[in-house]
Amino acid sequence: MRSSFLAVGFCATASLAAAETPVLTVLTYDSFVSEWGPGPAIEKAFEATCGCDLRLVGAGDGAALLARVQLEGKGSEADIVLGLDTSLTAMAAASGLFAPHGVTGSFDLPVDWDDPLFLPYDWGWFAMVHDTTRLATPPASFQALAASDLKIVIQDPRSSTPGLGLLLWVKAAYGDRAPEIWSALADNIVTVTPGWSEAYGLFLAGEADMVLSYTTSPAYHLIAEDDATKAAAPFDEGHYLQVEVAGKLAASDQPALADAFLAFMGSEGFQSVIPTTNWMYPARTPAGGLPEGFDTLITPAKSLLMTAAEAQAARGPALDEWLTALSR
Amino acid sequence: MADRPFPLGATAVAAALGALTLGTLGAVLAQAGGAAPGPADWAAVRFTLVQAALSAVVSVALAVPVARALARRRFAGRGAVVALLGAPFLLPVIVAVLGVLAIFGRAGWLSQGLMAVGLPPLSIYGLHGVVLAHVFFNMPLAVRMILQGWQAIPAERLRLAASLGFGPGAIWRHLEAPMLRAVLPGVAAMIFAICLTSFAVALTLGGGPAATTVELAIYQALRFEFDLPRAAALSAVQVGLCAVAVALAARLALPAGFGAGLDRVADWPARAGGWRWVMDGLVIGAAVVFVALPLVAVARQGVPGLAGLPPQVWAAAGRSLAVALASGALAVGGALVLALAVAQGRRGYELAAMLPLAASALVLGTGLFVIVQPFVSPARVALPVTVAVNAALFLPFAFRILLPEARSLQADHGRLAQALGLGVLARLRWVTLPRLRRPLGFAAGVAAALSMGDLGVIVLFAGEQGATLPLLVQRLMGAYRMESAAAAALLLVVLSFVLFWGLDRWGRGNAAA
Repeated sequence: MRSSFLAVGFCATASLAAAETPVLTVLTYDSFVSEWGPGPAIEKAFEATCGCDLRLVGAGDGAALLARVQLEGKGSEADIVLGLDTSLTAMAAASGLFAPHGVTGSFDLPVDWDDPLFLPYDWGWFAMVHDTTRLATPPASFQALAASDLKIVIQDPRSSTPGLGLLLWVKAAYGDRAPEIWSALADNIVTVTPGWSEAYGLFLAGEADMVLSYTTSPAYHLIAEDDATKAAAPFDEGHYLQVEVAGKLAASDQPALADAFLAFMGSEGFQSVIPTTNWMYPARTPAGGLPEGFDTLITPAKSLLMTAAEAQAARGPALDEWLTALSR
Repeated sequence: MADRPFPLGATAVAAALGALTLGTLGAVLAQAGGAAPGPADWAAVRFTLVQAALSAVVSVALAVPVARALARRRFAGRGAVVALLGAPFLLPVIVAVLGVLAIFGRAGWLSQGLMAVGLPPLSIYGLHGVVLAHVFFNMPLAVRMILQGWQAIPAERLRLAASLGFGPGAIWRHLEAPMLRAVLPGVAAMIFAICLTSFAVALTLGGGPAATTVELAIYQALRFEFDLPRAAALSAVQVGLCAVAVALAARLALPAGFGAGLDRVADWPARAGGWRWVMDGLVIGAAVVFVALPLVAVARQGVPGLAGLPPQVWAAAGRSLAVALASGALAVGGALVLALAVAQGRRGYELAAMLPLAASALVLGTGLFVIVQPFVSPARVALPVTVAVNAALFLPFAFRILLPEARSLQADHGRLAQALGLGVLARLRWVTLPRLRRPLGFAAGVAAALSMGDLGVIVLFAGEQGATLPLLVQRLMGAYRMESAAAAALLLVVLSFVLFWGLDRWGRGNAAA
């Protein structure tokens, strides 16, 4: 009896204490929150400094995040949205829901960064990944790939961010020649999947020679599985960048904490977790450098990235070209 | 009053379903005005219709001989075969697709066999691949439902047929064909509606954008364009297509009208040997191989990771089981009330019961989100919302299973119950529940197991904790942990299967079914 009284008393104090702790809510994509993503370590590191409770809320993937804050509008519980990329930021900015971050400083990105609303926290190059035991010499460009009889699996740009990234990649590299490239690629595409997991699963099951993923994907296999057989193929025309960003919601009821989180995002505690949990490059290289294994990855000679406005403008026409070329 | 035991209940259930499916559609639409679908959307409608119709026809056509052979034969392991047929539709979509590909894909067992003898590998990507996967999912479900029809033919009719010296042909004409006429349209309509909302299977195995379904267009409108009016318009088109299919099926289905039996276990007279025996054996064998091979592949992929499953998996499994049991009970209760009302001639409820099948889970989730969010944090209500939505989504399955037998029950015992002046509860206790125990157990098993594997709405609502097992499988895949994901998926299948098997077993009681 007595111990349960004690327990009740303890719970009451605990919940009182919890009520006084300010809560910072970060809306992010699902794999960031998951036990295998960066979420748990970042939560611990930030809570050690902020005197607050950091709540990470997962909502599908990057595109779903934007749809979610648009749905919630000004009534959103979230203070920070983390996980948009540059193909979505123009639309996010147009929603008017985001406030300037006010953070200055440089980033270790292959391109300059000057977006007043969104701050990068990691980045990576899209790439076609293959298994070196099955394909020793990969093609060195989309044209060479199209000319080969290699089979690839890609993601649908209408349902996934990598799929959309590939559209912009081909568009940025070939401009008006993009439809021609897609027509030539059509017979190499085994299938198109709704998301990254399906495509990567098919590739690992041997259904295709190459899969659209990231130059950092082989690092996972090397570091976590001790498997050196996966590699990304360097393409002469350059590789499109995905820069993942976070922004502060204008309607946040914790603006000071939100600013503190955005500042924390560039710090060691956040950035050092990224390479081996999100399997991307950190936006600021940690003091200890990148983990061992990242040195084996390819470094593209040329980085392609459209500005947010260019990406927004290119998306519709590029999607139409893609649909026309592949529906035949 | 006595012949209409549940008018209020049926209306309430139908209203709840209508509110969930059409109300959420309205909530999405209310965010902005209406919009008309464009030409690309109509192309998606065409593809959706073609693949769904083909999948339904092929599934049902293949299921009839299998169900017939199973109904006529008694053999060791028959129970196991019937149980096996419960497994495919419990698989998470992506896992099932990988299972099918392990057999029929470019690197699959069949292709490897072909290449070993110098032939080219199979190409599974295209309309035929979509239909093949949908048949793998739905044919076994159709077999189970049609088998219920065979088992519902009263033993007395069979004895009468035997004493009249009916051969297999006459039995087919007088007993089996009328039964199929009553059962098949509903089964086909259900599979059609399931395939209508297919999106991951259709795209992955369809081979590219030519395989765009309406559901993918809805996804695109909601996720990437935040074009709520277009999503709502497309969703309305989808619901409309399903309504037409259900109405057609209801017109085609005629009550079999066998008259009452004494609930004796049927004993088929036509257990002829010779070529019929061989044929039945071949049919059952082919079905078992078709269903079992991809399942074996799924198991083979999953077993190596089982030992290293992360601990979170078990908590998620517990949550999934709780959600499954709660939504299974809700779904079966609602389906029973609606099936009894339809059996009493109130056919309008049939549409209400089938409506959730056509509803886009994405629109439903978004609509609920819009409705709930101003009042309470979505993460806090994630599990109750999942229970309610799953109950609604899987009620049509339970309804389809219960309806034919509820009809027979009404035809056979309705008047007697009325003459005896049995009240609602007495009738439920003495007439309805004992006689419907077999389909009730099967329906509860299907609804609970499907709910276990569902990944529709939880994604929108789930907070940092509270992931269910299917969501965890997805997260593991997203973190490159394909081996753990395969193992967690295997665990999911095993748990769903045990749940399904247990409930189904309860329904069958001691009867040899």
